[in-house]
This record gives sequence, structure tokens and C-alpha cells, in this order.
Amino acid sequence: MHEYSVVQALLDQVERVAAPHAHAAVRRVVVRLGDLSGVDPVLLATAYDCFRVSTPCAEAGLEIEREPSRWECASCGRGLAPGSPLQCPSCRGPARLAAGGDIVLARVELEVP
Amino acid sequence: MCGTCGCEGTATTLTTVEVEERVLSRNDTRARHNRAHFREEGVLAVNLMGSPGAGKTAVLEATAGALGDGRRLGALAGDLATDNDARRLTAAGVASVAVNTGTACHLDAEVVHHALHHFPWRGLHYLFVENVGNLVCPAVYDLGQAVNVVALSVTEGEDKPLKYPVMFKGADLVLLTKIDLLPALPFVRVEAIEDALARVMPRPRMLRLSARTGAGMGAWADWLEERRRELAPALPPPASAVAS
Repeated sequence: MHEYSVVQALLDQVERVAAPHAHAAVRRVVVRLGDLSGVDPVLLATAYDCFRVSTPCAEAGLEIEREPSRWECASCGRGLAPGSPLQCPSCRGPARLAAGGDIVLARVELEVP
Repeated sequence: MCGTCGCEGTATTLTTVEVEERVLSRNDTRARHNRAHFREEGVLAVNLMGSPGAGKTAVLEATAGALGDGRRLGALAGDLATDNDARRLTAAGVASVAVNTGTACHLDAEVVHHALHHFPWRGLHYLFVENVGNLVCPAVYDLGQAVNVVALSVTEGEDKPLKYPVMFKGADLVLLTKIDLLPALPFVRVEAIEDALARVMPRPRMLRLSARTGAGMGAWADWLEERRRELAPALPPPASAVAS
């Protein structure tokens, strides 16, 4: 259940983003979550609701944009079918994860007086 | 004034700040710091992960003998509680300290960094970070290691790589442990495990081991020595590596 420590990192990160904006209130936090990031979206939302109390995110909704994973050949860029061996059927090169491996803070919406 | 209609109200505006930064960027920074320390000192840091009971500690106990004299080994043994693993490893010749995480299911770069402040890691040739037994959470955190190794025991079944792809996609090597038990497991086919790994690991590499019989330990020691040579000047051949 590492989502709790991921959320702690997220809340700290949002606080750093909001800090230069005096008297701003955080209204929305948008996270892009890859299917192969190792972070579960439901647990992330639960952990966020649990921890945002008494933080600058107390009144801010969390929006999770799911990013599907996509493997492609590291050499020729050919996309690989989901579930297939991670070797390019054309050039036999190893695949690389082109999308879906990360959890990223995409943007923060602030209400500024 | 609010700027819209000239009233004296408390109108506010919404501003969007584009961030596009990894949520674990602070951990990444600390991991880079750890990695720089390891590189400067020529220490090969190995993040050893796997399920509870996969045989991580047993492999490390046997690794001391497999690498032989002339290699200085250390370990941080991560567990929620007890120093049992650290004591076992110290008895086996691997200088060790327990890193108790309380309720946390993984180690992170900060925890490793803190542990290093209390552990004489400089001068080691190999530092093994035995992560908390767990096939999920440790995969998410970079510790500053040079390599990720996942211990997968034959008793865990054929499809663990497919069920836990995040753990295996980041592995540089999988150690298939407890192969001495295979005769008692007719429903576990090693080729099915290899096929599963090929679907989740871009560069699948697996070694079959038995810490109990010593099978495969020589190949594991060779793999470690190769990785260390990529990082630091070659060491003289070990005086008495246990052949297997």
C-alpha cells in the first residue's frame, strides 16, 4: 500500500508548486497515471482523500488521467501488441516502454485573489 | 476591484500551472545522490527484491561463498520488523544491518541514505539492499542501485511475472530460486516462467539457482563480477570461490 507514501510526495509537490502564488487556493490537482506505474488509481484516490485534510489540497479535487501502457521497439519504433513478447517481430530488438510507466503531476489549478 | 465589472467584491481568477514532473521526483533526486556515492566508491549496489520467502536471504548467504575471498560484501536487510536477516547475513560473512520499516511496505532512497550514514559501506565491493519482501511496492522506488535483481522461487508458480509486471519490467536479472524443489513440483514448468518473463521484461535474463545445493551460484557470482567490472577497476581473481 505504497499509495500513501506516493500521496505524501504528491501533496508536498503541490505545496511547492503553489508556494510562489501568494494567497492562492488549490482547486484541482491533475495526475497522469500510467497503467504500468505500479500505482493503483482507486487506492491513490482513497489515500489522497485521507491525507489532504489540513494541507493546501484540502479543498482541491484530484483528477486522475489514466495513461495506457505502450511498448515499442527501441530500434525501429514498431509498436508491440499487448501481452506479446517484448521483442520486435521485425528487427528482433528489445522493446522499450513508450508510455504508461510513470505517475506525473500534470498540472495544478489555483484560485488566485 | 475584481477587474470584470469594476465591483469591490472578492472575485478571484483560476490559474492553471503546468507542472509535468514525476510525483516521485524527490525520491529520484535522492536516488541519484546515492548512486553517485556508490559510483565514486566503486561499490556495486544491488537492489534485491522478491516475495516474502522467495529465498533472498538464503541467496545472499550463499553469495559470500560463491564470490570467494577477496570480495567485501555488505547488506542492508529491509523488513518490517526483526533483525533476523541481518544476523543471518552477518554470520555468513556479509556485514549487515537491519533496516526496519515499521509498517512501510518498501524501502526508498531516503531510508537507504539514512541507513548508509550508520553503516560502514565505503570500501565494500558489493552492497546488497535486500528490499522488503513484496512484489508490488518496492518496484516503484529507485534507491540508487546499479542493478535490480528479482528473486522468484519455483514454488510461487509459473505466472507471477504476468501478475506483477511492474516488478519484472525493471529487473536486470531474475534469480529462479529453490530449483532443487522442482522434482516435487511437476506442475511448474521452467519454460513457462521464461515465456512469462519474455512478455514483461524487455531484456529477459534468468539464472536458475539453489542456495541449498549451490547449483547456479557460480553463474550468479560471474554475473555480479561482470556488473562490477562495468563500474570499477577489475579486482584480482578471488582466492577461493566455491565452484559450482
